[in-house]
Amino acid sequence: MTQSVDHLALLPAYLAAGTAVLVLLTDLVLARRAAVLAVAALGALATAAGAIGIGSGDDRQTFCVPDACSFVANDRSALIAALFALLTLGVIGLSAATRDVPPGEYAFLLACSMTGGVVLGSAGDLITLIVALETLTLPLYALVGLRRRTVASAEGAVTFFVVSVVATAVTLLGAALLYAVSGRVHLATLATGLPDLPLTGAAVVLVLSGLAFKVAAVPFHAWAPATYDGAPVPIAAYLSTASKLGGVIAILYAVVDGLRPALDLAGPALAVLAVLTMTVGNLVALRQTRMVRLLAWSSVAQAGYILAPLGGFMLAEGRTAEALSVAVSATVAYTVFYVLLEIGAFGAVVALRPGEDGGLIADYRGAARTHPWAGAALVLALVGLAGLPPGLAGLFAKVVVVRSLLDGGAGWLAVVVALNAVIGLAYYVRVAAALYGPAPAAGVRARVPWAVAAALGAATLAVVLVGFAPQMVLDLS
Amino acid sequence: MRWLLVALLAVPAAGALLAAFLPTKAGQVAGTVAAAAALGLSLPLYKDSWFSYGSSAVRPWHEVDLSWVPGLDLRFHLGVDGVSYPLVVLTALLTLLCCAFTLWRALAPGRGHTLVALLLVIEVGILGTFLALDLVLFFVFFEVVLLPMYAVIAVWGGDDRAHAARKFVLYTLFGSVLLLVGVFTVVVSAGTADIVALTGGGELSRGTQIAAFVLLAIAFAVKSPLWPLHTWLPDAHTQAPTVGSVILAGVLLKMGTYGLIRVAVGVAPEGARWAAPALGILAVAAIVVGSLVCLAQTELKRLIAYSSVGHMGFVLLGIATLTTTGIQAALIGNVAHGVITGLLFFLAGAIKERAHTGELAQLGGLREQSPWLAGILAFAAIASLGLPGLAGFWGEAFAVVASLDRGGPLWTTLAAVAAVGGALTAAYFLRLLRRVTHGPAAGALDPPGLARAEVAAWAPLVLLALVVGLLPALVLGMAGDPVGALVEAVRS
Repeated sequence: MTQSVDHLALLPAYLAAGTAVLVLLTDLVLARRAAVLAVAALGALATAAGAIGIGSGDDRQTFCVPDACSFVANDRSALIAALFALLTLGVIGLSAATRDVPPGEYAFLLACSMTGGVVLGSAGDLITLIVALETLTLPLYALVGLRRRTVASAEGAVTFFVVSVVATAVTLLGAALLYAVSGRVHLATLATGLPDLPLTGAAVVLVLSGLAFKVAAVPFHAWAPATYDGAPVPIAAYLSTASKLGGVIAILYAVVDGLRPALDLAGPALAVLAVLTMTVGNLVALRQTRMVRLLAWSSVAQAGYILAPLGGFMLAEGRTAEALSVAVSATVAYTVFYVLLEIGAFGAVVALRPGEDGGLIADYRGAARTHPWAGAALVLALVGLAGLPPGLAGLFAKVVVVRSLLDGGAGWLAVVVALNAVIGLAYYVRVAAALYGPAPAAGVRARVPWAVAAALGAATLAVVLVGFAPQMVLDLS
Repeated sequence: MRWLLVALLAVPAAGALLAAFLPTKAGQVAGTVAAAAALGLSLPLYKDSWFSYGSSAVRPWHEVDLSWVPGLDLRFHLGVDGVSYPLVVLTALLTLLCCAFTLWRALAPGRGHTLVALLLVIEVGILGTFLALDLVLFFVFFEVVLLPMYAVIAVWGGDDRAHAARKFVLYTLFGSVLLLVGVFTVVVSAGTADIVALTGGGELSRGTQIAAFVLLAIAFAVKSPLWPLHTWLPDAHTQAPTVGSVILAGVLLKMGTYGLIRVAVGVAPEGARWAAPALGILAVAAIVVGSLVCLAQTELKRLIAYSSVGHMGFVLLGIATLTTTGIQAALIGNVAHGVITGLLFFLAGAIKERAHTGELAQLGGLREQSPWLAGILAFAAIASLGLPGLAGFWGEAFAVVASLDRGGPLWTTLAAVAAVGGALTAAYFLRLLRRVTHGPAAGALDPPGLARAEVAAWAPLVLLALVVGLLPALVLGMAGDPVGALVEAVRS
């Protein structure tokens, strides 16, 4: 049996994969750092443009069996693909100062990871979903460990690798069990109903917990701080934005689209997961002294806020399709706000310490006085993550979550989210205060590469923009 | 007129940007000019009329209603009426005085233009809170003041500023997040965030109203602050620079009491009726505890800070009665406290600066060394303790009267205890005067005289304390009809 393939639907994926190949060739032929990064950046830009171009046309699908398709290209997938491509572009910009990595391999792996993200948004069955997620994650093992002569880097890579492989195995086992009980892998057909067997429950829990690793939700979070801290800072930025975005999308696709019938089972578990994640993340972040570790723990906590609307929806009494779409769009909106703020925060860290690791928070004393713009950008991002003005983007992100929780009747969860925001502010404000504290000595003004400045500027501009016009994000989600 | 409302927020915001980016002196001047312009813009908002038509209890004189974020029910809906107008003018006035004050007195560690910029941002937040007629917009503006105030305390404050600033920001954020939950409890079940439409309770069920009122009341109680949620206040006041204390006591606390009247009572009247006795008991406890703590205070600014707890207790008692008299008393008490405590903090700052200490034991003999300073302090203290004829009297006396009017054993007891608390207020202020102005001179004051800038900053407040005291109708007249309508809506 032959299948016709709609190559146009696959265009963004082709572009992303082509970028990876082109980067490798450029490295081989020109062997110039700047050229390699430029090619990668152009490729990411082309991928974003391709995704938007395809998305603005009709919905397309390919690799179909009679009642479902494995690859779907619609508005949603275009948005996700474009987001991944732009995040990759931003990370490439931030990498301009990262000198202790081999540029060819670095950019190639990043482009490979982007390919996974681009395909992820179009996944129509569990296998494509898991393979795309792994394509997104696999290059990151190497990227985390790529820094030369650094033990922390290797340690981080090994932790990440071991934990992530176990997580993938668990997800795969869950998917296999689902296939065993239902004989289906496509999300659309899974959604029509699952047999009421004990095995179904086990399968759902396995799929969910495997995916929870990817978003670093408690209790599957322990890898994140060590890995973020060991990785080059731009890669930590990628881990906490693109990789987390991948996990969130996988959870949304699997749970909301595919395992809809098993929500009764997954619901309370997800709510508990959300509460634990935000509380543990915030409490541990209070004690951190290293900048990247603090951001890592804060991103654990943020994963809790991201999961909260889904957990809240599933607890709610009237689980209508409308309430579900409210919860899903709250999750997506929060994720978009969060990703922008997070890349801004990491970007500012890179700009304040170009070419170095994140360092101690104490190293940032007075940094906002020597680098007023980068310091202000970092404060804006942190305050946004805390959910306060002037970080209006973050404020509206919290508002979206609390609103959707109350809409779903999960008032207690809304109160938990609200109280966690207070704990969160305690450490964000500590960093902000350090930034504006008196500088210990006349700090040397390190030169910020223009690419880093441009990436940071673009991220901050986006944060300010969605802060004043959050409706743009709400419309998209 | 509609655009006046927008300009009232836009001008200080633009002034803040200018002040932040211009060099120190030019920035301060630009910021002060913006503050003066804001005061100028706020005055013509007044309109001597009450629309007898209209179904809602909130009938603003002027309104702006623009769409902002439909997905969150957030509209840029501003309006001003007799309840908010006095507070708007007071905010604009105090901010102007503070900005002008920084021109004269540079604070360590300098960067006066940044301080002015922060004061203006705080002004935008406070004015926005008073003007907002959309619940979500109210919440957004309520949050705006947090971090700038934190920065004012943390950068320009006293020796223990970092701790005090953290305590302030975390405590008040705790209130704000409960406000967020409370606001959306209302918005989600009512399907609108329009305060005009929501006032009177509308379609909300009793359960929702009680839940919403509890959340909102705690949120506003932290801000006001109501005993026992007040512990952030003394630290923040003691450590804050003079201008920070003035803004904090003068208008920032009013966001809590204003919110209680406009939002909590207005939107969830049934919840308010349900919680009124508890609120009244807490308010009277605040009066008594505040006064007793004041009697034991040994530090000037701390004493004034705790006196705020007692005064805000009277305001809350007035609100808790849910009667026209009570809420009127709360409104005038709000304004009077803003004027008098603003003045008291200016004076405390001046004394501390001259004597290099705020300890009552080390102060004394002010009357002989600096008769003018002593005289104004005595005036402010007497106004604060509620002497008839001065601004402080009306709020406290009528809160007690309103509580008596409510009748019943509970409210009568509360009135009696509150009256005793009022007497205690007199006791600690007289103790303060005895310690500071009388007695042997403890140390040299440097300089003994008053600077022209100080006189200029204090004179409007002294004048207002007199005028509001002699002509309470200035405030009560314009607030009468809206409060009457509100009480009617709450009763029905």
